[in-house]
Amino acid sequence: MDEKRLNISELRKRLAEKTGKKYWRSFNEIADTSEFREFLEQEFPAGAAYLDDPTGLTRRTFLKIMGASMALAGLTACTATNPEKIVPYVEAPEELIPGEPLFYASAFPMAGYGMGVIVETHEGRPTKIEGNINHPASLGATNVFAQASILNLYDPDRTRQPERKGLMKTWSDFVTELGSAQKDWGDGEGVRLLTGTVTSPTLASQIQAFLQKYPAAKWHQYEPAGRDSARAGAQMAFGDFADTVYHFDKADVVLSLDADFLTSGPASVRYAKDFMKRRRVADKPENQVEMNRLYAVEANLTNTGIMADHRLPIRAVDVETFARSLAQKLGLDVAGGDPAKFGAWLDAVAEDLQAHKGASIVIPGDEQDPVVHALAHAINQALGNIGSTVSIIEPVEAEPMVQMDSFAALVEDMNAGAVKALFIIGGNPVFSAPVDIPFKDALKKVDFSVYMGSLLDETAVETLWYIPRSHYLETWGDIRAFDGTVTIMQPMIEPLHQSKSEYELLAALLDEPDATSHDIVKGYWQENAGDDDFDKWWRVTLHQGSVDGSEAKEMAATASVAAVASPYNTINDEMEIAFRPSPSLWDGRYANNGWLQEVPNSVTKLVWDNAALMAPAQAERLNLNDGDLIVLNYFDHSVEAPVLVLPGHADNAITVHLGYGRKVIGNVGRDVGFNAYAIRTSRKPWQDTGVILTYTGKTYELARTQDHHLMEGRTLVVSGTLEEYKQNPEFVQEETEYEKISMYPEFSYRGNAWGMTVDLSACIGCNACVVACQAENNIPVVGKMEVMRSREMHWMRIDRYFIGDMDNPDVVYQPVMCQQCEGAPCEVVCPAAATVHSREGLNDMVYNRCIGTRYCENNCPYKVRHFNFFQYVDVDEPTLQLMRNPNVTVRSRGVMEKCTYCVQRINAARITAKKEDRPIRDGEVKTACQAACPADAIVFGNIVDEGSQVAKLKASPLNYELLGELNVKPRTTYLARLKNPNPKLSEEV
Amino acid sequence: MSQIFHPSLNLIAKAMVLGVTLLLVVGSIVSYIFVRSPYMRGTTIAREQPVFFSHEHHVGELGLDCRYCHVNVERSGFAGVPSTDICMGCHSQVWADSPAIAPIKESMDENKPIAWNRVNNVPDYAFFNHSIHINKGIPCKECHGRVDKMGWTRKAQPLSMEWCLNCHRNRQDHLVPREEVFNMQYELPKDPAEREALQAALVEKYHVDIHQFNVTDCSVCHR
Repeated sequence: MDEKRLNISELRKRLAEKTGKKYWRSFNEIADTSEFREFLEQEFPAGAAYLDDPTGLTRRTFLKIMGASMALAGLTACTATNPEKIVPYVEAPEELIPGEPLFYASAFPMAGYGMGVIVETHEGRPTKIEGNINHPASLGATNVFAQASILNLYDPDRTRQPERKGLMKTWSDFVTELGSAQKDWGDGEGVRLLTGTVTSPTLASQIQAFLQKYPAAKWHQYEPAGRDSARAGAQMAFGDFADTVYHFDKADVVLSLDADFLTSGPASVRYAKDFMKRRRVADKPENQVEMNRLYAVEANLTNTGIMADHRLPIRAVDVETFARSLAQKLGLDVAGGDPAKFGAWLDAVAEDLQAHKGASIVIPGDEQDPVVHALAHAINQALGNIGSTVSIIEPVEAEPMVQMDSFAALVEDMNAGAVKALFIIGGNPVFSAPVDIPFKDALKKVDFSVYMGSLLDETAVETLWYIPRSHYLETWGDIRAFDGTVTIMQPMIEPLHQSKSEYELLAALLDEPDATSHDIVKGYWQENAGDDDFDKWWRVTLHQGSVDGSEAKEMAATASVAAVASPYNTINDEMEIAFRPSPSLWDGRYANNGWLQEVPNSVTKLVWDNAALMAPAQAERLNLNDGDLIVLNYFDHSVEAPVLVLPGHADNAITVHLGYGRKVIGNVGRDVGFNAYAIRTSRKPWQDTGVILTYTGKTYELARTQDHHLMEGRTLVVSGTLEEYKQNPEFVQEETEYEKISMYPEFSYRGNAWGMTVDLSACIGCNACVVACQAENNIPVVGKMEVMRSREMHWMRIDRYFIGDMDNPDVVYQPVMCQQCEGAPCEVVCPAAATVHSREGLNDMVYNRCIGTRYCENNCPYKVRHFNFFQYVDVDEPTLQLMRNPNVTVRSRGVMEKCTYCVQRINAARITAKKEDRPIRDGEVKTACQAACPADAIVFGNIVDEGSQVAKLKASPLNYELLGELNVKPRTTYLARLKNPNPKLSEEV
Repeated sequence: MSQIFHPSLNLIAKAMVLGVTLLLVVGSIVSYIFVRSPYMRGTTIAREQPVFFSHEHHVGELGLDCRYCHVNVERSGFAGVPSTDICMGCHSQVWADSPAIAPIKESMDENKPIAWNRVNNVPDYAFFNHSIHINKGIPCKECHGRVDKMGWTRKAQPLSMEWCLNCHRNRQDHLVPREEVFNMQYELPKDPAEREALQAALVEKYHVDIHQFNVTDCSVCHR
């Protein structure tokens, strides 16, 4: 066993020996062990080995296997064509044309904030989420959560009806019991409401009405992965609650203080869009290329840190010291900094920021302490950014409060027996409460407890009543975005089960148990729209997906440094533990979503698990390896977690993701990963020092996709700096020049020629495209065991390459999907002509012809074909049947699948264009990945149309083909990754 | 791997080689013919429906336009089967008390849709779009036959891939003027030269893309 363990010091040596630019994906790749080589050489690892059993394959078993496969082969061919039924409407809805999708504007709510979306529905079934181009939080793009939210609607594990102590009940049973309980409420003493962050104007007004009716009742809010620090930080700096909006499209220099602003938080999609406007160079003329510059200070390697031109890995607790040092450098009157500790790095950042006064941004992470937020506000003010690149706006929330304090006060009252009725709306607090706030035990002292949640979860089984909560696509509602813009949410479908919305629950508390969400929301706006012609206002507002003039007003705010002048925390040198919301499951709310469980973490490439992330240097010191089980002990609480050694992580620190380790949940999320809430305290919810780590001697298998589909050390990623590009725009072309020879005759193309470019400078690795592709193309999930056999079905993957040393490597993301080669190697080896070429250059895949030889996968240099080994799709589950895109075949067992450039969208656009007797316009066809991308990294179009955006990008000197030496002429090409390092720090790049 | 079969099985194996080959050849020929037979393609049977509905009466005798009931055929991939309220548009007045109308009234009263038996069906992996065919001048009867002469509706064409491709390969031979698409009685000119000239003109007029985009590409129908 021991010789298999990776010796990190040895790897470090090998990495140093490599010359030139060093791209690598995993420790295994550097180690280059014989096992790893074998893994790579087996095109289809595991499974092939079944027949190799040296103990002797007997005639009996041979015949058994052969017989079984013959029988199965015979059976699959015999699908009888059953007579089908056509069931038309009784009364056809006026606006609906059967067979044509309809699109409605709504908003995707997450942790209280909304993002405008356009929902595609087929005959009343929502099937796909797209961004709303007119909405400030979306600008047409979406994130991974919004894309996956469609699966939550159709989750077969959703509870069908209300329950009381585990017994099935109905809403009217609940209303009756509520009515009798309400008789003793009096002025509401002991009645409590616990919600997540509320920005909904309608819900807020309902809660206000409730509090007026019961003046002694109290409203508490708690988000496990909330923004308390931002609130408290604003209070410190401005003396009052305020929200901050950053304008990255105006910023030349950005410093992130542990803020993963590109992929995390309610404004991340917008921020990524804005940030990339200043980052992409391929679409600008060669003589005008400029890029913004990003500095990141963080412990964990995040997507934002990966985009950074300079990244300083330090413990999260040390970020405060960094912020103080920077403030001192900039001449602010604060103590507690240690500029010497950060040396030239700090000097360069300070100088760069000072050179871009009014055009820079210092952004603190939501997980940093309030003091860091206050310092950032003060720094932004000193730099003159407030008012130009940073706006301080009135709070978007209905009732800002420091939620952790509010939650703690609630539990204290519950424990004291002072709470007789508790209504919990969402949040699953039994699971997500900090370990020092014993919510679960306190709940036992509440006589009448009601929980409204989407699944029968840890909280639902502890409360007296459980009311299933309607999904956001099933109910009317309203919500505000990060900047305050209100969207009125429309339902796409009647509730699938006997669920209720939070508006309806509040109405029941206000003695209107039969009010519908529609009446409640419309009623609120009828009073508050302030428009004479309300019906018109209502229709226009629903259609555009936002309420005009609803954004929060800017505040005249002056940040004071007095509150943060002296050090806030005593920071020691002990090992740090940092808790972060999972980029897939957030605070655990998406744990039953298979798409999110299986989407590889963009940095660690881990699926179906979380892990204790630590730096290579630390693992080296402690002699730990990937998958070693350790016990994390923090203030008398402990949890067992597998180690994952993450290059670029700060030393002497461990990061864990919240949301895993669910115990009471549907079938997908149960017992996946470990529960980091078990050691999280309310005192230090995000990071603290003093964790003690013990190796258990056991190991745990982690499923990671980083070594899958490896292309073995060829020039796959081309990267450089802006300076190199300016001096020699042709550097990419020089690096990727090959003699192009081909055995095959030219194929004659006609008409449109579809092609794609992927800008590696822009890709932030957020995975939105991967899940968008999954939703659009009916791609199944396969589960952890199958992922470990390299059988994940995602049609596109995001490869992640480390460059350089392992302590602070540079990282490049490379999304790879079918490259639609003009000389496709897969086509010539297919014995069934199941994969053939189209005149427009698509590499067509015909599932009904595929016999599953997998020769094509074997011959594909890009490893983008995926074989459906089992019937991964659950075709029998009725709710999941509703979810599928009717324009894409649901593939069965035994066929090869791959990216088709969303050919269903091309066909739909072609039919529309032909009916209108015109060519397909540029931008008319957007592939699912392109539409979802917040960074506009993917561009698709007709490459023979010289005016098309994709043709212009392909003409850029940054354009190169993946594996160009093979001369397979891929239609997808890449734009080399550029960074804009500070010349004063360039030796670090 | 150890030896699996005993050597004495060699003769049997050789005999099987011959036998199996013969079986394969004969089997292939039989199945080639069989799958193309009208019986297998289902063009011989008229399928019974929950409502005693006759296209012959409605189209042939009354002269209703196809689009009166199949309202979305020009706009959607799916031609659509009329919703009950379309039937009731006439039959609330006409033949309202006839027993033949009873299932329709029942559907309306109980708000329960009528489950028609599907006559023309393509497999789920083939994506057919009505609207584009109609818009480019392919007449209904090209695929559905003379429904104005059908009592119970039956499948008129095999709807096999071979049949689809025959037309996709020779699109110009199947075009009619757009205004005649829904006309069951319309006949193309008998004279071959005149007919060819008309269809050539239609290709030009409707921009039927017979040179550029290739409608025999797999992804046109399969995706």
